[in-house]
Amino acid sequence: MSKIKPSKGAPYARILGVGGYRPTRVVPNEVILEKIDSSDEWIRSRSGIETRHWAGPDETVAAMSIEASGKAIADAGIDASQIGAVVVSTVSHFSQTPAVATEIADKLGTDKAAAFDISAGCAGFGYGLTLAKGMIVEGSAEYVLVIGVERLSDLTDLEDRATAFLFGDGAGAVVVGPSQEPAIGPTVWGSEGDKSETIKQTVPWDRFRIGDLSSLPLDSEGNVKFPAITQEGQAVFRWAVFEMAKVAQQALDAAGISPDDLDVFIPHQANVRIIDSMVKTLKLPEHVMVARDIRTTGNTSAASIPLAMERLLATGEAKSGDTALVIGFGAGLVYAATVVTLP
Amino acid sequence: MAATQEEIVAGLAEIVNEIAGIPVEDVQTDKSFTDDLDVDSLSMVEVVVAAEERFDVKIPDDDVKNLKTVGDATEYILKHQS
Repeated sequence: MSKIKPSKGAPYARILGVGGYRPTRVVPNEVILEKIDSSDEWIRSRSGIETRHWAGPDETVAAMSIEASGKAIADAGIDASQIGAVVVSTVSHFSQTPAVATEIADKLGTDKAAAFDISAGCAGFGYGLTLAKGMIVEGSAEYVLVIGVERLSDLTDLEDRATAFLFGDGAGAVVVGPSQEPAIGPTVWGSEGDKSETIKQTVPWDRFRIGDLSSLPLDSEGNVKFPAITQEGQAVFRWAVFEMAKVAQQALDAAGISPDDLDVFIPHQANVRIIDSMVKTLKLPEHVMVARDIRTTGNTSAASIPLAMERLLATGEAKSGDTALVIGFGAGLVYAATVVTLP
Repeated sequence: MAATQEEIVAGLAEIVNEIAGIPVEDVQTDKSFTDDLDVDSLSMVEVVVAAEERFDVKIPDDDVKNLKTVGDATEYILKHQS
């Protein structure tokens, strides 16, 4: 039997740099209220959201990703040509083939980096980070770019008072590379497909084939509604707060980190009420800095964790070397939690 | 041992007090969670989960929407507690 030479990877992996891109258009609650019967006070009390960013025509999934990635690569202090793989998590890139990751890898100036998209909803960043860590330790890439990017405004039903205010657009990216010390803990992740109806797209794309249009839902002006993301609010809230707090605790335990050792908590920015209740359920000490980027960013799904991470570091609320618990959870239902050292 | 009606109302009052900051004496069986006690739909989930733990009962999401008043919740727990 011939002997196959194994690949040689780094002992550990770490996040070396982070970057974000927020679209230029800031949308306050007043704009949302033009199409739903609600109030600024109601939106703030149920979600914590005051403003969100919506992408313009030129702020495409690729364009936002390239902006965010450029910052992450500069922050990591490497050259784009050193990147061996580009992993993009998104649910809002409407040209399904080819993967948007290939265009991003090319325009950033990588040297034919492996590039692919993944679909893991709001847990996408954690899924991508876990893949990146594996590639680096296994040796198939020295540096991996992980991008979470969404244009959820394209998948928002502006006439649905339960979700019209919730979603935002943006991109967040990290460069993951080799490390001599452990700097990304074990991932606690999984899926609960029996709850797939809790967060979903209203109508699958293939219903838009000619002949099916008559059965599609219409908006108030009689036009066929574009598919949107819909959710069962109370069920999602219960799962996110109580089940995900257990997952977050498991990630801390797996990394051997006690709440007292923790500096920063960066949960997926789904809803400020979920964040506040998770903090309470996890009994996090006062000194732990909690990301509440959702107030001015909205829920940006896969982009929310790297965007929040970048902002905490930019404002000085968190610093390089801090120990952070990150957890993403969403449509699937899927989840991923781990402890990382901040870049 | 199963809780009595009085114990359930008192327990719910403590839970609502902790989650929504409503004085315990205001939490009476005829009070609506939403209209009288300022418990919105998300806080209601927290009340339900706390009640589940306290009274060893399962309250599925589909049943939560039927629990309009403290009396509704008390009756539900009395009937379903193990």
